[in-house]
Amino acid sequence: MADLKLHVNGAEMQTQAAEDEPLLWVLRNRLGLTGTKYGCGEGQCGACTVLLDGKATRSCLTPASAAVDAKITTIEGLEQQGRLTAVQQAFLEEGAMQCGYCTSGMVMAATALLREHAHPSEEQVMEAMNGNMCRCGTYPRIAAAIRRAAWGTVEKKGAAYARG
Amino acid sequence: MPVDELMKEAELHEVRDRIRLFELDRREFLRLCGGGLLVCMSAVAGAQESGRNFGGHALPQEVSAWIHIDADGKVTVFTGKVEIGQNIRTSLAQSVAEELRAPFASIAMTMGDTDLVPWDMGTFGSRTTPTMGPQLRTMAMTARQMLVEAAAQRWKADPASLIAEDGRVTNPATSESLGYGEITRGEKLVAKVSGDPTLTPATEWKIAGTAMPKVNGREFVTGKHTYPSDVVRPGMVFGKVLRAAGYNATLISVDTSGAEKMPGVQVVRDGDFVGVVADDVWTAEQALGKIDAKWNVPAQISNAELFAALKKGAGDDGQTEIGAALASAEVKLEKTYTVAYIAHAPLEPRAAVAEWTDGKLTVWTGTQRPFGVKDELARAFRLGAGQVRVMMPDMGSGYGGKHTGECAVEAARLAKAAGKPVKLVWTREEEFTWAYFRPAGVMEIRSGVQRDGTLVAWEHHNYNSGPSAIGTPYKVATKVERYHEWREAPLAQGSYRGLAATANHFARETHMDELAHELGMDPLEFRLKNLDDARLRAVFEAAAERFGWGKEKSTAQRGFGVAGGTEKGGYTAACAEVEIDAGKKVRIRRVVQAWESGAVVNPDGLRNQIMGAMVQAIGGALFEQVQFAHGKVTNPHFAEYRVPRFRDTPEIEVVLIDRTDLPSAGAGETGIVALAPAVGNAIFAATGVRLRDMPMAVGAGNREQAVAGSE
Repeated sequence: MADLKLHVNGAEMQTQAAEDEPLLWVLRNRLGLTGTKYGCGEGQCGACTVLLDGKATRSCLTPASAAVDAKITTIEGLEQQGRLTAVQQAFLEEGAMQCGYCTSGMVMAATALLREHAHPSEEQVMEAMNGNMCRCGTYPRIAAAIRRAAWGTVEKKGAAYARG
Repeated sequence: MPVDELMKEAELHEVRDRIRLFELDRREFLRLCGGGLLVCMSAVAGAQESGRNFGGHALPQEVSAWIHIDADGKVTVFTGKVEIGQNIRTSLAQSVAEELRAPFASIAMTMGDTDLVPWDMGTFGSRTTPTMGPQLRTMAMTARQMLVEAAAQRWKADPASLIAEDGRVTNPATSESLGYGEITRGEKLVAKVSGDPTLTPATEWKIAGTAMPKVNGREFVTGKHTYPSDVVRPGMVFGKVLRAAGYNATLISVDTSGAEKMPGVQVVRDGDFVGVVADDVWTAEQALGKIDAKWNVPAQISNAELFAALKKGAGDDGQTEIGAALASAEVKLEKTYTVAYIAHAPLEPRAAVAEWTDGKLTVWTGTQRPFGVKDELARAFRLGAGQVRVMMPDMGSGYGGKHTGECAVEAARLAKAAGKPVKLVWTREEEFTWAYFRPAGVMEIRSGVQRDGTLVAWEHHNYNSGPSAIGTPYKVATKVERYHEWREAPLAQGSYRGLAATANHFARETHMDELAHELGMDPLEFRLKNLDDARLRAVFEAAAERFGWGKEKSTAQRGFGVAGGTEKGGYTAACAEVEIDAGKKVRIRRVVQAWESGAVVNPDGLRNQIMGAMVQAIGGALFEQVQFAHGKVTNPHFAEYRVPRFRDTPEIEVVLIDRTDLPSAGAGETGIVALAPAVGNAIFAATGVRLRDMPMAVGAGNREQAVAGSE
C-alpha cells in the first residue's frame, strides 16, 4: 500500500492503494465513485471510461499511479450545480439507454469526442464510440444523442440512424 | 406459452444440480416487517397463473402486489417484478397512475425486495405487461373507487357524482375537493379485489399509452444509480472464488499457503469451495492468483462434436412422420439448421453483496428471480424463509441470463466466514464461463408444397434448443412439430431472450424462403398465401410497405430478405437489406421491423426494446458463438467473443402497430426472432448461398460458409 494523491473532478483526493492497482478500483472502491463501471477489465467494453486531461481513457487498464499527474473526470464530475452537460441532457432527451450500465462510459466517451470535434462526422463518431459496448443495443439512440449534443437537434428523417 | 412450459425451460436447465449446501445454522430471526400500509389490496391472480405449482410455491392465488397511499398522497407500488432495462419501472407506474387517476410523479415502485413485496416467480417470459400490468391496474382502480366512496361518505354525496382526477376527488356540485392522502387520513384501509372489474379502455388512456421518459433517467446519466455491483455496506470487504480448471472437475489438491501469508487475506475453504476475502478487490485478486489447485477434469464434448452429439443424445431416429402427406406434395424439401451456444454477456456481470446480521442473511444481487435466489440461499445455508432477504437494485441487465443465485450464494459463504459484509463481482471471464448459455440446437424441417404455393406437409424437429415458437403460424394440412430434449448437454443451458423462438424462427423462416425460391415465388407473397392470422399478416404488410419490398430487385451486391413470426403475444416481421462487398463480406445496411403486441403502454420504451432486440439479434445471427473444448470455454473475453457494436448497427426503423382494442402483451423478447432469418434470406437473394447455421458469418456448425464475416 502506498499513499496516492489524485485530482478527481476538480478536487484533490487522497487514499492508499496497492502498487499497480487499476484506477477503476481506486475510483470505485477507495474513493466511492461508483458511477464508473466494471464491464470486462480488459479494455474491450468501455464501461470504465473516464477522462484523463480530457482524453477518454479505460480506467480498468490504467494503473492509478499513472494518473497522479492528470486531471481525472468521472461521470460524477460532469454535472455542475445541478446542471447537466449537453451530452447528458441529450442522452435523456433521446432516451439513449435501457439498463443504463454502459451509459457512464458512453457519456464520457462522447464528451471526449465532442471536445475534440465539436461537430464530428459519422466516421469520427464510429471511431470514437465503437469500443464502447451497449449489450441492450441502444446504439442508434446513443448516436442520435451525440448528434443532438453536437448540433442541438437531430435530423430524424433520412438520418443514418433513424430513431428506433 | 403456458406457465408450466415456461417453468420447464427456465427451471430444468438452470437450477438443476446447482444447489450447494453449507454448514447448518439454525438461528431464527424475525422477518422484517413491511408495515405502514394505509391501503392494502390483494388481487386474485390472473387465470393463467392460478392453480399451478412451481418450486414448492403455490403460485400467487391472492396477493400478487400491494399498493400503498400515504397521508401525503404518495403512492407506492410493491411488486416482485424487477427492472433490468426493459423499462417496467416506468410502464407499470404509468398503468397505475392511469387507473388511479393520480399524477405519474406521485407513483413510486418498490421492486424485487423479498421482505417488502409479495412472492413472484420472476421477471421472464414477457409476462410483466400481460399479467402484472392488469393486476396493478385492477388494484389501482379499486383504490380509486375506495377513495371516491370514502369522500362520498364524508360529504354525504353520491359516489357516482364525484370525479377522481389528478390525485384528488372532487364534488362538482359543491366544488369540495380532497387529495387522496387527505382522504385516507392515515387510516388502514384494506380491500380485496374480486370479480372482473372494467378497466379503462386503452382508447381512453391519458398517462398509459404515452411516451413517458424513463422515470429515473437522470440517475443514469449522472452515474448516481446504484447497481447491485455498486452497493457498499459499512465494513464491507471483497471476495474472490477459486474456479475449477473445467466443467465437472473435482478438486484433487489445493495449496492456499501463499495466499494465507498475504497480510489482510483470509482464505475460506468448504469442501470444493475455495475463496478469499481481503479489504480491497485488488489484494483479493492477487491472493487468488497465489492459490495452487489441482483439478481432475473428465473428458467431455467439445464444440467440434456438438451437433452430431446433441442429435444423437436427443434421440433422432431420422424417420419422417408425415410420409404420406409428403409423398402427395409436388415439391419436397428437407433441410437441417443449427444454432450455436451463445452467451447473454450482460454488461454488468453477476454481482452480490452479502451481509449476516444476527444470523439473518441479507443479499443485494442482480437477478431476474429474487425469490428464486432467496430459496437458493435458504437451502444452501439451511435457513428459514424469514432469515433471508434478497434485494434487487435495478441491474445491468440479464436477457434471461440472471435467473440463478450462484454469485449470491458464494458471497454469502464468504461473508459468513469473514464476519463482515462481502462484495463479490464476477469477472467477465467468470461470467462467460460459469453462467449458463442459450442452448445450441439442431432443427430439421421436412416440407411439401404444391406448385401453386400451397403448403401441404410440414415436419419440424428441434433437438435440444427448446420448444418456444416451434408451432408454425402458416396453414398446413399435415404437420408434426416436436422438441427433443437432451438432458446431458455439455454446457449449462437456460433461458435467453426469446428462448428457442430465435432458433425455431430461424429454421422455419429460412425454410419458407427456400420453398419460395424453389417455386419461383416472391418470398413475401408465398408467406401471405399460406397465412390466415390477420395480426401476423398485418406486421408483414406493414414492414414490407415501409421497407419498399419488391421495389428493387436483389443484385450480387445488395440483397433483400423478409421473415416474421409470433410468440408470447407479440407479432413481428422484418425486411432486411444486406450489402456484400468484393471480399464477400456481409454488412447489414437497413432493417425495417414491424411490431404489434396489443395496446401500447409506452411507445418510446417499446421502440427502445424492439430496436435493442434487433441489435442484439445481429450478434447471434452473424458472429456470436461460445467456443469450448475439454470442459472449458476457449473464448471467454469480449476480444474473442464478438458482440454487436456501433459499426455493426444498420439503419433501423421500427414500425409500431398500436392495437388499442387488444390487451397489451410483453415485448422484451419476441423482437429478437425475425432479424436472423431476414438477413440470411437477404444474403441468399444476393449471393445464391444459403446459410443454415447461426452464426451465419463465421461458419457455424460443421459446414463451410461461402460468405465471410463482416469483420
